[in-house]
Amino acid sequence: MIGSFVGAVLRISVPYSLAAVGGVWSERSGVIQIALEGILLGAAFCATLGAHATGSALGGVACGVGCGALLALLYALCVVVGRGDQIVCGIAINLLVDGATRFFLKLKFGSSSNSPRVVSWEQLPHPAFFFIAVAVFLPIVSAFILSWTRFGLRVRAVGERPDAAASLGVRPTRVRLVAVVLSGAVAGLGGVWLAVDQHQFVAGMSNGRGYIALAAMILGKWRPLSAALAALTFGAAEAIEVTLQASGGGAPVWLVQMFPYVLTLIVLAGFGGRSIAPAALGKSEQ
Amino acid sequence: MRVGLVFDIGGRGDKSFNDAAYRGLERAARELGVVAEYIEPGEGSDRESGLRLLAASGFDLVIGVGFIFSDDLYQIAKEYPHVHFACIDYAKFDAHGFVVPPENLVALKFREEEGSFLVGALAALMSKSHTVGFVGGMDIPLIHKFEAGYKAGVRQVCPNCRVLSGYAGVTADAFRNPAKGKELALAQYAGAADIIFPAAGSTGLGVFEAARQEHRLAIGVDSDQYAEAPGSILTSMTKQVDVSVFETVRALKERRFVGGVRTFGLKENGVDYVYDAHNRVLIPAGVRAQVEALRKKIIAGEIVVPDRESSHGG
Repeated sequence: MIGSFVGAVLRISVPYSLAAVGGVWSERSGVIQIALEGILLGAAFCATLGAHATGSALGGVACGVGCGALLALLYALCVVVGRGDQIVCGIAINLLVDGATRFFLKLKFGSSSNSPRVVSWEQLPHPAFFFIAVAVFLPIVSAFILSWTRFGLRVRAVGERPDAAASLGVRPTRVRLVAVVLSGAVAGLGGVWLAVDQHQFVAGMSNGRGYIALAAMILGKWRPLSAALAALTFGAAEAIEVTLQASGGGAPVWLVQMFPYVLTLIVLAGFGGRSIAPAALGKSEQ
Repeated sequence: MRVGLVFDIGGRGDKSFNDAAYRGLERAARELGVVAEYIEPGEGSDRESGLRLLAASGFDLVIGVGFIFSDDLYQIAKEYPHVHFACIDYAKFDAHGFVVPPENLVALKFREEEGSFLVGALAALMSKSHTVGFVGGMDIPLIHKFEAGYKAGVRQVCPNCRVLSGYAGVTADAFRNPAKGKELALAQYAGAADIIFPAAGSTGLGVFEAARQEHRLAIGVDSDQYAEAPGSILTSMTKQVDVSVFETVRALKERRFVGGVRTFGLKENGVDYVYDAHNRVLIPAGVRAQVEALRKKIIAGEIVVPDRESSHGG
């Protein structure tokens, strides 16, 4: 029972963690990442389509990650190059993906509900183990790059003071483009996991996980490791809820379901240490 | 005569509820010669505008496929008293309880609890661990009907059997969360359940995936879901939504449309369970006979299936 509980915590946390760390990359460069939800869903769809078309699980993973990066690029073109409103463009991406995945699902698989089972996902020997490892590894790598490398410093600089960074020869537009695309690729892996875990695509299967990840990112104060830890907390709360229900004890499920949101509100209200967003977050550069 | 139909989320091609409604509409067009049109709404408010569009453009009958239309249809039926309306799974409640639909609106309801009772009995008879599971989508009275009937069916044939029960959530999103469905199912299978009945929309697809992975069984819902996970689906509890749509169109055509609540149960062939070439090998003849005996008792009124539990814990 303990083993299955721990397994559930980790599996549930995978998409939260990857999307939250993806969010950190974008937001530390100064670009609000509301589009995580659409990126998760789009990547899940492309991964399914890719695995189906190429007959290879790795092909599916590549398609999913590529799709996440492409959606993020589209978003970056709107808000970094075109300087559109970040919230509006982000929501637009989410709506676009929701409609587009349904459209292509029907076109390709003749159903508005779900794709058939994709057998090639079975080529991955221990998919859960692999994705859990990635969801642990990527936050660590991201934290290292952000804190200790020249590229990381530039990302943080354009997220705090783009004008100062520009005066030192850094091009904020270029750095932000790269950071947002990276954000899409990382979050895209979370979407790939959703498709792998089900061996199929189901319309709307991201189910708000992108927004939960956004909350985890804020709870983690825009730091990769803390964001992943917050994602793990949310995953644990959900796993507790699932396990309580299955134990048949008539436990107050709604109480446990509230926990992640209450925690987020408490942190956002300033308890548990200050949570300060990157100074240039959401502002188009001059 | 013109009949318009507005689909629920998912729309045509959901291989379930919406497709069944469409079959009924198609049959009405073919056999009764009515003109049939449909709208596939996107999210949220599109549903209401779809209903309004049809009502305002002179359709004789406007059908909403799903409980989610209950409030909108109730309102629009009052605004267009000369148009006829039908709502599948109508469930409008206010502070005082169930709200009876106006005269020009027929609520097409199913006694899902009766079909669920039969698959519950079947699951309990087939269970080796004397433990079976139920996974609901959104935690609402409509889904409690499935759960209550299923549990009553289990208890009827196996008073000592346990039923593990879980819900995916409290919003409509809970009907399309396969990852959550899979986790709920894995937890129930880990808790010794060997057969799980989901009533959860596409969240149930996650339950099927868990059944396949753990080499256990699951039960389909609404339509025959055998093809979603061949070998892992014991049976499906089916709702004859097509029959209810066709019968409503025919009633209007024959000028005997009556508003109010119309229910379809085992007696009216409105609900059933699948027993065909695919799953005959899974179900021993003796078990089938026992379940069929229960069907007769329900139709004869000897067994009254509860549509909710006396104390629902949520």
